[in-house]
Amino acid sequence: MAAEAGSKIDPMHQFLIEPLFGQRWVVAGHDLSFTNSALWMVITLVSLWLFMLGGMKRQLVPGRWQAAVEGFTGFVQGMLLSNIGPEGKRFVPYVFSLFMFILFANIWGLTPVGVVPGWHPFTITSHLTVTGVLAIISFSIVLIVGFGKHGFHFFSLFVPHGTPVLMIPLIFVVELMSFLVRPFSLGLRLFVAMTAGHILLKVLAAFVINGINFGPGYSLLISLPSFALMLGITLLELLVAAIQAYVFALLTSVYLNDAVNLH
Amino acid sequence: MDAEAARMLGAGLAAIGMGLASLGVGNVFAKFLEGALRNPGAADSQQGRLFIGFAGAELLGLLAFVTMIILVFVAK
Repeated sequence: MAAEAGSKIDPMHQFLIEPLFGQRWVVAGHDLSFTNSALWMVITLVSLWLFMLGGMKRQLVPGRWQAAVEGFTGFVQGMLLSNIGPEGKRFVPYVFSLFMFILFANIWGLTPVGVVPGWHPFTITSHLTVTGVLAIISFSIVLIVGFGKHGFHFFSLFVPHGTPVLMIPLIFVVELMSFLVRPFSLGLRLFVAMTAGHILLKVLAAFVINGINFGPGYSLLISLPSFALMLGITLLELLVAAIQAYVFALLTSVYLNDAVNLH
Repeated sequence: MDAEAARMLGAGLAAIGMGLASLGVGNVFAKFLEGALRNPGAADSQQGRLFIGFAGAELLGLLAFVTMIILVFVAK
């Protein structure tokens, strides 16, 4: 009986998108129901908004909160200035919003909201639809900036300086492929890193619960080490949440550098 | 061997890729630390490149994970 109850723990169930309030709201054939994904996007947005609101007092001597906000803005601005140069300042609002949204979404997905009965934390960045759209927005900005600034000269990005004439067709195709694969790798990296971490945590949690169900011997042998491992992995996932947000913003700024400065 | 068993074996074999990617990620940070200890003054300015290398190495490990997920949950 205990084994049957334990085997029902499904690590993929946490990624299920379902309408809240138990009903679907269909408008003209499109399902527009307010899902748990939408709810957590709203939570992310509101918490980000409150965080920024608390830090925008523009005092000459910043308080703690303002110092935290200025730390983030200064960090993103420094990243853009060092990657793109003085022209990078134009992209600070976009890259900052991207970085903070991904960071807050990742961290909200890791919060132990599940201890409140009936609540389930949902990581919006664990879906390729969300990260893919973010990646497509970044890629579109790169294309718009590149073609707007350089016109068709933008295609010289695909032929590095000093390429022998004989190699140009081959290099052009290779560089074009590596350019076109960027939005996929950008979106896929964030989505898979989040999904993998959450599946790992759920599998370990299933070990803990199944071990307890099987009796005290198994809980000592299996549940306790699994729980200790879970603590460590949770800390690692917090690190990964920050690193993935940073990598997304960093790669966006590197791609923007290609579009602004060619090479 | 039936298709179901081959699918599961393939998913297990895909996990090898994660181990290999961990070698890559370790290599990225090890080489960075090696260089950073020789010339600490230049280390901070190269942190961005460190994470670009990390992202590249990590992506290939994550692709192994995607292969595994597709084999287990998508391919029938």
